[in-house]
Amino acid sequence: MKPEPIWFQPPPPPSRPPAAPGRPAAPPVEVVIDGQRATVPGGSTILDACRARGVDIPTLCFLPTLTPVNVCRVCVVEVTGSRVLVPACSRRVEPGMTISTESERVRVSRRMVLELLASSVDLSTAPGLHDMMTRYGAQPERYGPAAVPAAAGARDRREPGHHQAPDGARAETVAQPVKVDNDLYIRDYSKCVLCYKCVEACGVDAQNTFAIAVAGRGFDARISTEADVPLPDSACVYCGNCIGVCPTGALMFKREHDMRAAGTWDESKQRTTDTICPYCGVGCTLSLHVQDNRIVKVTSPADVSVTGGHLCIKGRFGFTFVEPPGKDSD
Amino acid sequence: MSQGALNYISRRLTVPPAELWGVVTFYHLLSTKPRPPIVAHVCDDIACRIHGGEALCESLEQIMGPPGAHGENGRATAWMRSPCLGQCERAPAALLTVAGERPRTITLAPVEDGTASIVDALRDPPDTTDTRLGARAPDERQRRVSRSVPQVGQAGMRLIGRIGRVDPTSLEAYRASEGYRGLARAVEIGPAAVIAEVVASKLLGRGGAAFPTGRKWDAVAKAEARPHYLVCNADESEPGTFKDRLLMEEDPFALIEGMTVAGYATGCERGYLYLRGEYPLAAERMAGAIAAARAAGLLGADVMGAGFEFDIEIRRGAGAYICGEETALFNSIEGKRGEPRNKPPFPVQVGLFGRPTVVNNVETLVNVPALLREGGAAYGGIGTEGSTGPKLFCVSGEVARPGLYEAPFGITLRQLLDLAGAAPVRAVLLGGAAGVFVGPADLDVPLTFEGTRAIGATLGSGVIMVFGESVDLLDIVRRIAEFFRDESCGQCVPCRVGTVRQEELLARLRARRPLGSDAEEMALLKDLGQVMRDASICGLGQTASSAVESAIFRLSIAGRRA
Repeated sequence: MKPEPIWFQPPPPPSRPPAAPGRPAAPPVEVVIDGQRATVPGGSTILDACRARGVDIPTLCFLPTLTPVNVCRVCVVEVTGSRVLVPACSRRVEPGMTISTESERVRVSRRMVLELLASSVDLSTAPGLHDMMTRYGAQPERYGPAAVPAAAGARDRREPGHHQAPDGARAETVAQPVKVDNDLYIRDYSKCVLCYKCVEACGVDAQNTFAIAVAGRGFDARISTEADVPLPDSACVYCGNCIGVCPTGALMFKREHDMRAAGTWDESKQRTTDTICPYCGVGCTLSLHVQDNRIVKVTSPADVSVTGGHLCIKGRFGFTFVEPPGKDSD
Repeated sequence: MSQGALNYISRRLTVPPAELWGVVTFYHLLSTKPRPPIVAHVCDDIACRIHGGEALCESLEQIMGPPGAHGENGRATAWMRSPCLGQCERAPAALLTVAGERPRTITLAPVEDGTASIVDALRDPPDTTDTRLGARAPDERQRRVSRSVPQVGQAGMRLIGRIGRVDPTSLEAYRASEGYRGLARAVEIGPAAVIAEVVASKLLGRGGAAFPTGRKWDAVAKAEARPHYLVCNADESEPGTFKDRLLMEEDPFALIEGMTVAGYATGCERGYLYLRGEYPLAAERMAGAIAAARAAGLLGADVMGAGFEFDIEIRRGAGAYICGEETALFNSIEGKRGEPRNKPPFPVQVGLFGRPTVVNNVETLVNVPALLREGGAAYGGIGTEGSTGPKLFCVSGEVARPGLYEAPFGITLRQLLDLAGAAPVRAVLLGGAAGVFVGPADLDVPLTFEGTRAIGATLGSGVIMVFGESVDLLDIVRRIAEFFRDESCGQCVPCRVGTVRQEELLARLRARRPLGSDAEEMALLKDLGQVMRDASICGLGQTASSAVESAIFRLSIAGRRA
């Protein structure tokens, strides 16, 4: 019998590359969460342990797909025996730990962190934070009226060390003009809470482009490109993964920014349609946000294993080909 | 740093340009804008403030224009304000940075003739790292050093015994005065016994946190991951502290011996000396001493022929108080922004380059050779039950004889102030900017870790800064708040924004323009203190309100305004 031509042969059964033997799972750990005894997986963070049991701990700079940097300090909890509060997002459970997630000390710190943020940063496009502020009774107005916004680029030129002494009548803020230097996305650092997420997404946690980093020191710390050059002159590849992880809308699609400025942005009129990116064979899930039959934003669900929420420039921004030519192209 | 220099560094070290920019803009001795080649950094921090530092800045502003002028008009010189330069015993002080093929830094302290001294030095920078230098004759050296160390020549001094008496540039002189006997004993008894001796001495870290040194060494010696690293924290930047500077300037070999013993006991082959950028003479003396020790086979592949390897590398800071925090210091050595890491993991598990690391203060390590010579148990008998050994105190402010004092733990504040010759005091700042103000009623506190803790204060790094009746304490407190606002790394919210709000609040108090009622302002100050203390990542934020709150609530200085 003639052998079948090679192109008719079925593909070999799928095989997995041999995996390294897994580490022995850490034994479960007994802890006390808000007075309730609990057995939680060893090696898990306090946040994981609490969330698995339905105990809500607010977070801001935490995202499951990024390495915890524990800088926002919203997720702090009280651990008996610890001199200071500990960040739930990165502290791992230890046997016998007694954790209070809503003690008076915890509530004061969370309220103050939210007050400090809201008194210095524009949180108008960070709706989750407003609920949090109501929950903890934050009163950002008690620091006085906001100071005059900085001129364009002024904050980027500040040097570490000595600064002009304040008179205290007005509360200093990070307010400054929006940076619009390309057609794809804008950077409004008046809304930046310095959560480091964009830097992580641009770096080893997702994109490995390293176009941005934290520069400056103290209150003058900011997210900056090399020498603060505009994005088109920087190493940015416009994957938009920084937009995907930004919790406050400081990084935003230019289209969304323009629509908000024009007063036409209306989330109640938006539908989200999940589809697969047509560009290459990876098969990334795209969530198309559509308003008035027009794509206004593209995201990817963080829990999809293919993307982990991250995309490339084509998936994120290359959607205008589905729109009729000439119709308010931007 | 020019753009060309940045590009070169980025390529040479394969560091992304944006990250490099982040690092360079973190340190205040580095600049990304053109600066004139010669810059005077004039200290206006608390100790210098009492001694005319602020007045000096104001007259410089009239003569030379506003601080930090960036070489406009092609000028060759500029001046800037600086946080504490660690010269508090000879305030007011300034630091000259001279750029060029051979960049230099020069300490001017004390600035005796006001602005004239600074203007002259800017025009013609002195050819020395310290204006105090020049004398070589032994009695002349002793006379000059005694200005900084009033106890020079006194018997029974364990830590400052050689200062002013033994030539700090001569290894022979050091060996002739009991030098390297501690290391010889260490090699004789072996690493485990050395740690046992340190444990027996109950030596507590002298950097401010007072952690048991023996326990730290033991944890690193037993850590499985290799290599182990030793780091000596010589980034002494706590306002009012100058003990480590004087030890390194006047007895550098003692620190090298201490580091070598620590390296031997904990299995480290490399020690890093993270030295504050503002200490040119200490850097010069340490570099010279390390070279001399290496040439004599006391550092290197086979130390003392005893079959162990140890060498020391100096890393200079570039102007950042936060780099004195141990994990920020690791990041700085690794070439990153000096942002503290979250703990745990602790340095003894995951430290420098992710390896088990011993990190000790200069004074702690200088105790080690003396401790080995006398025996751990005997050394532990000095001082009190909870705080053993001799302690260095940095006395500055309104006293007749400011300087470095050595005394066994347990001496009372009053006794120490009598030694230094204090007039009636209004307040004493214990522990520096991160410390606590105490009043005249607290002068009988024994200067021990437990004694100061009992009155709600802290010993910190040993700062004793004295304020008399004429000082505007609210201005001093405002300067402390300003210091923390300037020196916060900016990583976590409580400290980054809290230090700004604290400074604004103190400005309002001083101007007597409270927002709402005084009671509301006091509640706000307490809230700010609590969130910074409870929720900040590191010790800077956790102590940023300590001195401020103690002055307002303990000394009620705000209430005095009426």
